Amino acid sequence: MGFVDYFISALFLQAGYNSALVAIGAGLLGLSAGSAGAFIFLRKRALVSDAISHATLPGVGLAFIIMVAFGSDGRWLPGLILGSAISSAIGLLMVEWITRKTRLTEDAAIGAVLSVFFGFGIVLLTVIQTMSSGRQAGLENFLLGSTAGMLISEATTIAIAGALAAAFVFLLRRPMTLVAFDPEYAATTGVNVRNIDLAMMGLALIVTVIGLKIVGLILIVALLIIPPVAARFWTNQVGKMIGIAAVIGGLSGYIGAVLSAAEASLPTGPIIVLVAFGFFLISALFSPLRGGLASALRHQRFQRRVHRRQGLLSLARREPIYDGLTIRILRRAGMIRADGVATARGRIAAEKAAHDEARWAMARRMLPDDSAIERYDGLTPIERMMTPDQIAEIDRMILSAQNAQAQQGATT
Amino acid sequence: MSSAKLVAESGKILDVAAKDAPLTVRGLTVSYGNKPAVFSVDASIPAGSMTAIIGPNGAGKSTFLKGTLGVVPRLSGEVRIFGKLFEDARDRVAYVPQRASVDWDFPARVIDVVLMGLYGSVGLFRLWRARHRAQAMDCLKRVGMADFADRQIGQLSGGQQQRVFLARALAQNAEFYLLDEPFAGVDAATERAIVSVLKELKAEGRTVVCVHHDLSTVAEYFDRVLLINVRRIAEGPVDTTFTAENLQETYGGRLAATHIDELHLA
Repeated sequence: MGFVDYFISALFLQAGYNSALVAIGAGLLGLSAGSAGAFIFLRKRALVSDAISHATLPGVGLAFIIMVAFGSDGRWLPGLILGSAISSAIGLLMVEWITRKTRLTEDAAIGAVLSVFFGFGIVLLTVIQTMSSGRQAGLENFLLGSTAGMLISEATTIAIAGALAAAFVFLLRRPMTLVAFDPEYAATTGVNVRNIDLAMMGLALIVTVIGLKIVGLILIVALLIIPPVAARFWTNQVGKMIGIAAVIGGLSGYIGAVLSAAEASLPTGPIIVLVAFGFFLISALFSPLRGGLASALRHQRFQRRVHRRQGLLSLARREPIYDGLTIRILRRAGMIRADGVATARGRIAAEKAAHDEARWAMARRMLPDDSAIERYDGLTPIERMMTPDQIAEIDRMILSAQNAQAQQGATT
Repeated sequence: MSSAKLVAESGKILDVAAKDAPLTVRGLTVSYGNKPAVFSVDASIPAGSMTAIIGPNGAGKSTFLKGTLGVVPRLSGEVRIFGKLFEDARDRVAYVPQRASVDWDFPARVIDVVLMGLYGSVGLFRLWRARHRAQAMDCLKRVGMADFADRQIGQLSGGQQQRVFLARALAQNAEFYLLDEPFAGVDAATERAIVSVLKELKAEGRTVVCVHHDLSTVAEYFDRVLLINVRRIAEGPVDTTFTAENLQETYGGRLAATHIDELHLA
């Protein structure tokens, strides 16, 4: 069976019970990572999760050594997960403590904790290599993740823990949203900000330790952060953003696991992260809301509207137009002839624009507090933003102002 | 009111009559590092009043507010809200933080921010219902922002952001409102909208405290002042407390005598 055939059959869970379970486990891991990561991203603490993940390594090493000392083979996943959770919790609390008790900033604390823990972990791994039972330990797979030879029980554990973590995110969504947006206000409404922050980081910790086997500790931060960053392009609502981040994370985990299973030499963690990056790229470029392409198009359209309006107002004031783009736009719209003289259509449009401008000017004087004035972008016709009654009133005022002016002119 | 107020030794206020006053503060001290930002401040805010907290930049006005609400840790001092600890009177209090204290690119629409004011009453698990949305829309109407309900908050002007914050506090339907610089850097339309909402609150018998920086509008907007410069300088009704002498003491050399003259004080 070729790579592509295998990939497609695995994608639809047709490549055997074992790899299907691994793919589902990776998917649920991604789901929990994406949703938990959304809050970490919004709280601007992405790097804390990096410290947490690097701080797992000494726990993995120590847990292995202890389990070997008690006569087991040392690779029992729940034991390794427990060890990594304890050491990364210590790392997290150290970052917290350093930030709170000293005048060091959080980034400095992160840098110190991350490198010390990771260095200690690497030393332990080297020691384990020299142990008699250490040769086949495969602990270095925890660095970049590997699903090769994964046990069914391991995949099931990861799937259940991932689903539980995602449910936990859903339960805490309101206080976490409040803390991420406005922690001081949150505190006054009775939210315990410190506990919510710890819960948020606790979620990152859970995702990290259950993701050790599949994604690996070096890259798990990417699975926490890339999905929410990609999701941010699609929506301005926090609830939807979390949902989208969960879906992107889940799909990345699922597709990445299937891809790496199809070709055993592909490391699982990096493949999952690359798939997530693919989602990011698509989002950044093509999202109609905040994507680069849509923004560029919107900007261009707006620029054209501004030029058109400026050009029409110049025509109404009988001023010459020099701007090349303005001339091109007006000519293409049939407002001016090739020699720059206004067409009949151009004269009507120019008069309309000037009239609209006068109405807005009067509206600003008459109704300075009206919400239409606040929402006015400088281009939208007044009919679309004010009621006919308001406009009639504005026209009456314009007329009486003109009459007053005319009378003044007559008397002088 | 003032007859019941006894000034005891070391400036402590023993306010027997106002035991259940919206805010009673004794000896509040808050420090950042080892430098007190607020030192041993006493205050007593009577129900239904509108008080301006006034003082120069860095005088600890905002810190005082945050200290009373436990947003920043207190070094010493006692705070009672309606005669109780803040934790037990939380649902009677609404706080409006400084607009600049949050990231306005947060993924939220105007209505979402106002709904945050209802988190406390809706609870952890229940979903939003039409009733909650209607409540939030009412609050937006009161600050003149109903047409902006579906806007992303990052697209608002500073004044509009401030009004959204006020609407969120209104959604809490509290008895006691504490606002941190609600008029800082806002347009005239916003200032009018906010003042009229605050006066409505007062007319309904609620209590309002604002950190305020514009001396020229104090007498027009407020009926009481609390003058702070790390220490409490003075507290009381505007006509007897907002005096040239007290302002000179509060601002020291930082307020020119000519400026005080322009305020036409007693």
